[in-house]
Amino acid sequence: MNFSWMAWTLPTALFFLTILLLLIGMAVWEYFSPGGNPRVGVLHFETTRGDRLFVSLLGSAFIHLAWLGLVGPNLWWALALSVVYAIGVFRFV
Amino acid sequence: MEKTWNNKAWFMVLPVLLLVAFSAVIPLMTVVNYSVQDTFGNNQFFWAGAEWFEEILHSDRFHAALGRNLFFSLVILLIEIPLGIVIALNMPRRGWGVPVCLVLMSLPLLIPWNVVGTIWQVFGRVDIGLLGRTLEALGINYNYVQNPVHAWITVFIMDVWHWTSLVVLLCYAGLVSIPDAFYQAAKIDGASRWAVFRYIQLPKMNRVLLIAVLLRFMDSFMIYTEPFVVTGGGPGNSTTFLSIDLVKMAVGQFDLGPAAAMSIIYFLIILLMSWVFYTVMTNYDAER
Repeated sequence: MNFSWMAWTLPTALFFLTILLLLIGMAVWEYFSPGGNPRVGVLHFETTRGDRLFVSLLGSAFIHLAWLGLVGPNLWWALALSVVYAIGVFRFV
Repeated sequence: MEKTWNNKAWFMVLPVLLLVAFSAVIPLMTVVNYSVQDTFGNNQFFWAGAEWFEEILHSDRFHAALGRNLFFSLVILLIEIPLGIVIALNMPRRGWGVPVCLVLMSLPLLIPWNVVGTIWQVFGRVDIGLLGRTLEALGINYNYVQNPVHAWITVFIMDVWHWTSLVVLLCYAGLVSIPDAFYQAAKIDGASRWAVFRYIQLPKMNRVLLIAVLLRFMDSFMIYTEPFVVTGGGPGNSTTFLSIDLVKMAVGQFDLGPAAAMSIIYFLIILLMSWVFYTVMTNYDAER
């Protein structure tokens, strides 16, 4: 099938593949450690692993937007900050 | 009886997954894909990177539309929630008045958005509209087509007319679930009307009120049809909300890249708000 009319690009494909791999990774994690590991973190309410991924991804999106709006178009630093943020969320939230 | 676990059952949800992928996930992915490209038609695309996002984030037009949206949502919440509570508190709990009130309250909710817009568009007109003519006869110089303040007031009143019923019905559902014993106890204690509301009715309505706030916020933040039909975003750009601006950009100007970038920012804001509301609601439940 020809999908060229959808004008996919390599960066967007990589972006979605990363999301897909994250979801597959979470499914595998859930398979080996079922229950979602619920706990109460710094936000003072219960979060599961899935919640923490969601907070990480949503927060990362806003970090990128804030970087674009306040700093400039070089998003590699925003990506690095997002990874640090995601690690923080998975560790403390 | 022990529950049977069979992971093959997941295949049963495959059709719906495919359907959602086709109708929601892939279109959303396409929007992301367009947001990083530019097109001059003829299905030719050029890589633009984060350019459109930067442009939108620095655009006064976007800031103004976002501000209008937030202002609109805030004002209608400040009007509809207290008004809905007051009406629900005054609705009869038994007798023939109950079905009459419920039907009357449901009527505005049954009318499609574009019809509501058309009703108010005609109703407010100075030449043939009942409201417009009446205000004119009273000596009030009302013209929502030319005066931005009048246009805003019309859009507010229209939304209050259309959606307060939803808040009323939700609050009413919360109120009728309160057992009579609570009121009897309050009467024995000699509680005032305010005390009954503050310590019995309001806590019982809390959950439905949160749902009402969530629904009304989301809906008002995404409002498109009614103001588009009534004011068309005008006069000037005074009632151009994000959704109206988005359609102008995507369909009117065919600026797919900026429109896609704006859609994503708009979507992210709504996603964040929904998550905050959802978290507050579920945690409030858990605490109770």
